[in-house]
Amino acid sequence: MAYRVYVPSDTTAKALGADRLAASIDALAHEMGDPLEIRRNGTRALYWLEPLIEVDTPEGRYGFGPVKERDLESLFAVEFWKGEVDHPLALGLVEEIPYLKRQQRLTFARAGVIDPLSLDDYKAHGGYRGLDNALALEPQVIVDAVKESGLRGRGGAAFPTGIKWQTVLNAPADQKYIVCNADEGDSGTFADRLVMECDPFMLIEGMTIAGLAVGATQGYIYLRSEYPLAQKNLNAAIETAYANNLLGENILGSGQRFDLEVRLGAGAYICGEETSLLESLEGKRGLVRAKPPLPAIVGLFGKPTVVNNVLSLAAVPFILDRGAKAYADCGMGRSRGTLPFQLAGNVKQGGLVELAFGPTLRELMFEFGGGTRNGRALRAVQVGGPLGAYLPESQWDTPLDYEAFAKIGAVLGHGGVVMFDDTVDMGEQARFSMEFCVAESCGKCTPCRIGSTRGVEVIDRIRAGENVEGNLELLSDLCETMVDGSLCAMGGMTPFPVQSAMKHFGEDFVKHTSDAQALAEEA
Amino acid sequence: MLQHFDPNKDYGTPASLSENLVTLEIDGVEISVPEGTSVMRAAALADINIPKLCASDNLDAFGSCRLCAVQIEGRRGLPASCTTPAEQGMKVWTQNDKLAKLRRNIMELYISDHPLDCLTCPANGNCELQDMAGSVGLREVRYGFDGENHLDAPKDTSNPYFTFDASKCIVCSRCVRACSEVQGTFALTIDGRGFDSKVAAGQDEGFLDSECVSCGACVQACPTATLTENSVIEMGQPEHSVVTTCAYCGVGCSFKAEMKGDKLVRMVPYKGGDANHGHSCVKGRFAFGYATHKDRIRAPMIRDSIDQPWKEVSWEEAIGFAAKRLKAIQAEHGRESIGGITSSRCTNEETYLVQKLIRAAFGNNNTDTCARVCHSPTGYGLKQTLGESAGTQTFDSVMKADCVLVIGANPTDAHPVFGSLLRRRLREGASLIVADPRHIDLLDTPHLGDATHLPLRPGSNVAMVNALAHVIVTEGLEDTGFIAKRCEDDAYAKWRAFIQDPRHAPEAVEEVTGVAADKVREAARTYAKAPNAAIYYGLGVTEHSQGSTTVMGIANLALATGNIGRDGVGVNPLRGQNNVQGSCDMGSFPHELPGYQHVADPVARGRFEAAWGVEIDHEPGLRIPNMFDAAIAGHFRALYVQGEDIAQSDPNTQHVEQALRSLDCLIVQDIFLNETAKFAHVLLPGSTFLEKNGTFTNAERRINRVRKVMPPIAGKEDWEVTVALANALDYPMNYAHPSEIMDEIAQLTPSFAGVSYDKLEQQGSLQWPCNDEHPVGSPIMHVESFPIGKAHFAITEFVPTTERANRRFPLLLTTGRILSQYNVGAQTRRTDNQVWHDEDVLEIHPHDAEERGINDNDWLGISSRAGHTVLRARISERMQPGVVYTTFHHPHSGANVITTDNSDWATNCPEYKVTAVQVEKVSQPSDWQKNFHDNHQRQHKFLHEAKPAAE
Repeated sequence: MAYRVYVPSDTTAKALGADRLAASIDALAHEMGDPLEIRRNGTRALYWLEPLIEVDTPEGRYGFGPVKERDLESLFAVEFWKGEVDHPLALGLVEEIPYLKRQQRLTFARAGVIDPLSLDDYKAHGGYRGLDNALALEPQVIVDAVKESGLRGRGGAAFPTGIKWQTVLNAPADQKYIVCNADEGDSGTFADRLVMECDPFMLIEGMTIAGLAVGATQGYIYLRSEYPLAQKNLNAAIETAYANNLLGENILGSGQRFDLEVRLGAGAYICGEETSLLESLEGKRGLVRAKPPLPAIVGLFGKPTVVNNVLSLAAVPFILDRGAKAYADCGMGRSRGTLPFQLAGNVKQGGLVELAFGPTLRELMFEFGGGTRNGRALRAVQVGGPLGAYLPESQWDTPLDYEAFAKIGAVLGHGGVVMFDDTVDMGEQARFSMEFCVAESCGKCTPCRIGSTRGVEVIDRIRAGENVEGNLELLSDLCETMVDGSLCAMGGMTPFPVQSAMKHFGEDFVKHTSDAQALAEEA
Repeated sequence: MLQHFDPNKDYGTPASLSENLVTLEIDGVEISVPEGTSVMRAAALADINIPKLCASDNLDAFGSCRLCAVQIEGRRGLPASCTTPAEQGMKVWTQNDKLAKLRRNIMELYISDHPLDCLTCPANGNCELQDMAGSVGLREVRYGFDGENHLDAPKDTSNPYFTFDASKCIVCSRCVRACSEVQGTFALTIDGRGFDSKVAAGQDEGFLDSECVSCGACVQACPTATLTENSVIEMGQPEHSVVTTCAYCGVGCSFKAEMKGDKLVRMVPYKGGDANHGHSCVKGRFAFGYATHKDRIRAPMIRDSIDQPWKEVSWEEAIGFAAKRLKAIQAEHGRESIGGITSSRCTNEETYLVQKLIRAAFGNNNTDTCARVCHSPTGYGLKQTLGESAGTQTFDSVMKADCVLVIGANPTDAHPVFGSLLRRRLREGASLIVADPRHIDLLDTPHLGDATHLPLRPGSNVAMVNALAHVIVTEGLEDTGFIAKRCEDDAYAKWRAFIQDPRHAPEAVEEVTGVAADKVREAARTYAKAPNAAIYYGLGVTEHSQGSTTVMGIANLALATGNIGRDGVGVNPLRGQNNVQGSCDMGSFPHELPGYQHVADPVARGRFEAAWGVEIDHEPGLRIPNMFDAAIAGHFRALYVQGEDIAQSDPNTQHVEQALRSLDCLIVQDIFLNETAKFAHVLLPGSTFLEKNGTFTNAERRINRVRKVMPPIAGKEDWEVTVALANALDYPMNYAHPSEIMDEIAQLTPSFAGVSYDKLEQQGSLQWPCNDEHPVGSPIMHVESFPIGKAHFAITEFVPTTERANRRFPLLLTTGRILSQYNVGAQTRRTDNQVWHDEDVLEIHPHDAEERGINDNDWLGISSRAGHTVLRARISERMQPGVVYTTFHHPHSGANVITTDNSDWATNCPEYKVTAVQVEKVSQPSDWQKNFHDNHQRQHKFLHEAKPAAE
C-alpha cells in the first residue's frame, strides 16, 4: 500500500514552491517505484511552516516544514512518509502543534485536512450535514438558529446575521438574492481566500442554506479578481455541486432551488462595501449607495438581498449541523462563536488563528504570533484592516471582543492583525491611511473624495513643520468631518488610524519640530 | 394635510405618492407628509430649508454632498436628510453647532478645489455653491489653494448651446443623474474615482460627439457654472421670467422664458408644466434663436405679380391691398373662389379667427388646416369609433402602463419629452411593442425590458392591426365584460364576425406585412394580457391611403381589450405640431365648426350664425388638395395662408407649385419668406410664440397659455392681422385681447364651455372637455361613457395601396423626422441645430446599396411617379431591405417632389409614408432642384429690393 503524502495547495504554499515540491516528490517516488500517493490538501495556514508536508499514519498526520526542494533528499533518506522519523524539519503530529492545537477551529476545521475539491472528503468531514438538516426545516427555524448562534457579520461591521436574514425573509418579493462578499481587500487578511481555496463546499453549503432560509433562489459570489485560485476552486466546486444535485433546481430531491455563480470584481477596494458591491454586481460603477433603503429590502437589482461576508456564510453549515448552541457556547459577551484572526506584518509566526472571542490581543500576538519576526520590540498594531485604529502597548490587553474594542475606539473588523516594530514612523502610517483613501475612495461623497486628498497634504505639511499647530487643528477638524460626514465606512473610518496615530504616537508627527505639545493638546 | 406646491422651489427630493401620512417634528415644527417623503422634503414643505447641493426634486436622492446632514433623536451620527425617510414621531434638528461646523468644514473642502472667480463667473448670482457657502458662513479655506486641484481642467465648448467648464465642477452628479433619470439617454457618467472623479460625456469624447441629445437637463441640473448656457455666458443672468408654452411639437412643454428686458436669455423648462414637469428637448430648450433671426419678415409687403420685386408697405396698405383683391376676385369668380388655411402652429384664438374670417367674411367653408396632411385621419377615425376626435389620456398616464404599443411613431425624435417619460416607464419594466418599418431608437432604450419589434412593410398597417385583433378575438383574449357594458352590440357582432375570418390571421398576412406570424401572435398576447396596455401612434399611422382605417383599427384593439377609460391605457395620437389638436378643435376643417360640430347641423350652425351675425354655408367647403385642383382648373383664385408652408410640406411639390402659380392672389402670413411666400402677392409678417398671447392645445387636449414676452417684430400679433383683414372686408371684428376670443369660443363650443383665461391662470392648464360636467377639465376621457354613448367597433378591411413597388420603382420610400430639426425646418434651420442635421439624406439598407454600387455620401437620384430629386446616401440598417427613408426638413431636398397625390380615402391625408421609388447614383442635382435654386435666388433678390430706398 502506498503511503499518503499531503502537499498544500493554497496560494501561499504555491508561492513558496509547493507545486514544484509536489512534482519533485512525485518524481523521486517514481524513481523508487511509487510508494507514495501525493494528495493536495489546502493549508493549515501556519505560514511560517509552509510548505508544510504531511503524511498519514495510524496515529494521525505527521508534519514536516518548512520544506524546501533541497530538503527532499534528506527527507527521502529518513523515509519521512513513515511519520515519526528523526529529521530537523519534523514537526510531529500536526494536530499537536500548539499553534493549531490551541485554536478553536470551527470554520476552519477542514482547512488543510481535506482535498478542497473532493466532495467525498468534504462529506466525510461533516460537510453537507447542515444542509441536510436545513432542508427539513421551515425557513423561520433556520433563521432562528442563526439568530440563536449569535453569529455577527464577519466582514467587519458585526451586524447580527440572523436579524439581517430575518429582514430578507420578511420582505415580500418575487426574487431574492444571496450575495457573498468575497472582495477581501483589507491589508493583512486572507481568511476568505483560505475558505474558498481550501474548503469551497463549505461556502457553497452556507449560501445554499441562506437561500433556503430567506427564500432566495440565486446566489452570487462577488470575488476579487486578485484571487484566481479561489475562482478556479469555487467554479470547480460549484460544478461538482450541480452535478450532485447540491445546487440547481431540485436540491437533493427537495424541490428547492438554488443557483450560484461567481462574479469577478475589478480591483476596487470600495467594492467590498456592500452597496458598492451590489452596484458593481449590477454592472455599474462601484459607487456607494445611500442607506436606507437597506440591501436586505432593496438590494441587488432592487430585490431583497442578503449580503454576507465569506466567513459569516462559512460559519452557517456548522451552526446547522452542530446546533446554534454549539456555536454560541464559544465566545464572550455579545461576541459569540469564533473569529479567524489573521496574523501578518512584522510577525514571527504568521497565519490563521481561529479563536473563540475572549483572549487578549497580546496573547494573540505573542503566544500565537511569537512577537516580531526580526525580534525588535513591537510598537504598534493595526487590527481590522486599513481603517482600523493603531493600538499602542497600553491597549494590547484588550480582550478580542467587538464591544471591548469599540470601547477603545478600535475595531476587530475582519480579523486582520498587522504588527509593526519600533522602527515604524507612525506619521507616515497616518499619511498612508489618507493616501489609501485617496486611492480607493469611490468619489461619491465630498468628505471622502476631497477630504482624503487634503488629509495627505495636511499631514505632509505637519511633517514638514509648516504651521504645525494650525495644521494639527485642521487635521483634527478634517478627521471629524470625515467621521461625521462620510457616506460609508470607507471615509467614515479612514480617520481612525490617523486619530489613533496622533493620539498615541504624536511624537512621530512632530519629530521635525519641537511642537509635540500642540499635538498632545489637539489629540 | 394638503400641501401647497410651488413650482419655483426645489424641495430636494421627489414627492412620495403614498396615501399614508406620517407626522414628524422638525426644529419643533410639526408636519405631516406622505410616507416615503424624505426628511429634506418634509422640512422644505414646512419652509425649513436645509442646505443642499447634490439634491434636486426631479432626481432620486443621492446623498453625496453631505451638506444636508441633520440630527435625529435616537439616531447615531448625522444622517443626510435627503436619503432619510420621514418617520412617524421622528424629531429632527436641522441647525445646531455640530451641524454648523460639519457643513462649514464640508464647504471648506469644496472650495479648496474651486476657482475663486465668483465676480466674473457666469453663474454669479445664480449659483447654489455660492449660496451654500454663504448659508454655512464659510470664512476661510485653511487648506490653501496650492494643493491638488482641478482648476486647470479644460472647457468643452463643442456643444453650440452650452459650455462644460470642468474646473467649476463639484462632482455632485446631478448632470449625470438628470441624463439618466430624467432624459433616459445615459450619455453622461463619472469617469475615474475618488479625487479624480470627473464628468465625462460618452466615452469621454466631448459633448457633441457623445450620445448627448442636448436636452439641457444637465445644464438645468448643474448647481454651479460648470454647465452653463452660452447665452448666459454672453448676456449674464436674466432679470425676469414669464411662463409660456413651447411652439414646437405636440407635447406642449411649459417653459420659463427668462428675460433681460425684451431680450430672451434662455428658455428653462417649467416644473409647474403639467405636460413636461420641468423637462425639455434640444428644440424647445435651445432652438429659439430663429425668433430674432435676420431673416424675419419685419414689415408687410405686396406685389402685383410673383415675378416682381416686393414692396414694403404699411399694415393699412397691405391689408387694404389684400382685401381689395379678395373682394374683386369674389366679385368676378364667385363667393367660392377664395379660401384660407389655418395653422397648427398658431394659437387656438388665431386659428379660430381665421376660420371665422373665412366662414363669416369670405362667406364660404373653404377653410382647411395643415392637420389635413398629418392627423386628419385621427380626427375621423376616433370620432367614428370613440365619438371624440382626440387622444384619450394624459402623458403621465403612461407611467401606469404595463405594455406600450407604439405604431408608426418615433417619440424619442419627434416627441422627445414624452419619449423620455416613456423610457422611464420602460426602465421600470413595462413591455414595449414597436410596429414600424424602421428600427427606432426607442428599441435601444437603455435598461429596456421586454421589447418586440414588428418591422412591417410600409403600407401594411391595416393588415397588421387586423392581425393583432384577429389573435385577440380567436384566442379568447377579449375583455368581454367591457365590451358588453361599453360597446354597441350590433357593430361589435359584425366586427367580430369580420375579424375572426382566417384572412386576417397573422399567418395569412405574413406576406403582406413581412412580419413572422408567431411574433405578431406573441405581441397580440402581450398587449391583450397586460393589466394596462396603451397605444401611442403617430404619422406612420395616419399618412397612408388607409390612415383612417388604421386609426379605427387601433381603437378596435383598445375596445376589444377594455383598454379605455382609466390611467395607463388608451389610444394616444402623438401630434406633430404644437397646436394640431387645437387647430382641429377650432373648426379649421371645411365640414366642421369649432368643437367638431358639423356645418350641416342646423342647431350648431344656428348658434354660430346668431353669434357671428351671418349666414353660414351648410355645405362643407374645399379641402387643401381640392383647393389645389380647383386652382389649377381655374375656379379657385385666392388663398389666405397663415403659418403653413404648403409648398414645402404638401406632397407632390410640382403640383402644389402649379396650383400656387395659378392663383390671382396668395396672401401669406409668416415669420419668414417661406417656400409658399415665394408664390405670394401679399406677405404679412407673422409673430412668433414669444410675441403674442394665446393658447395652444397639446396632444393630450391640454390647453396651455402662451404669453407674450417681447413685442411683435412687425408690430402685430397674428390674431390682430386677421382682425384687420376681416374689418377691411367689412366684417367687423373687435377684440382687445385673445382672452375675449377664448370667451367667444367657450360660448359656442360645448367642450370648451368652462375654459377662460382666468381659469387657466388658476389651474395652470386645462384638458378639454372642460364644462359644467368637468369644471377643471378631463385628464382621462371616456371613463364612464362615450360621447356617442357606446363605442363603435369599425370594420377595417385591408385594401393595399395602389402605390406599390414594381420593376420600375422597386423600393419603398418612407419619410419622417429627426430630433434636431422641426417639420419644414423654417425655425430650426435658423438655429445652431444645424450642427446635427444640415441636410436631408437618404437612408438605404446596405443590401440595396450594394446592389446599386452605392457608398456612403454618394449623390443619389430618387425617382417616383411624381418626380425626381437628389440626396446624399447614408447606408443604414435601421431600415429593412427594400425600404428607403428620408426627412423633409430642408426645402432644397425636394422630398415632397417625389411623394405622390395618393391620400387617405376618408380625409385626403397624403400618403407620405409610401412612395415607390428607384434610386441610382448621379452626379448633379435634379432639374427641380436647379429650378428651385434659381427661384430661391430670384425671390430673395425681390425681398432685398423691397426696402424703400434709404433717404
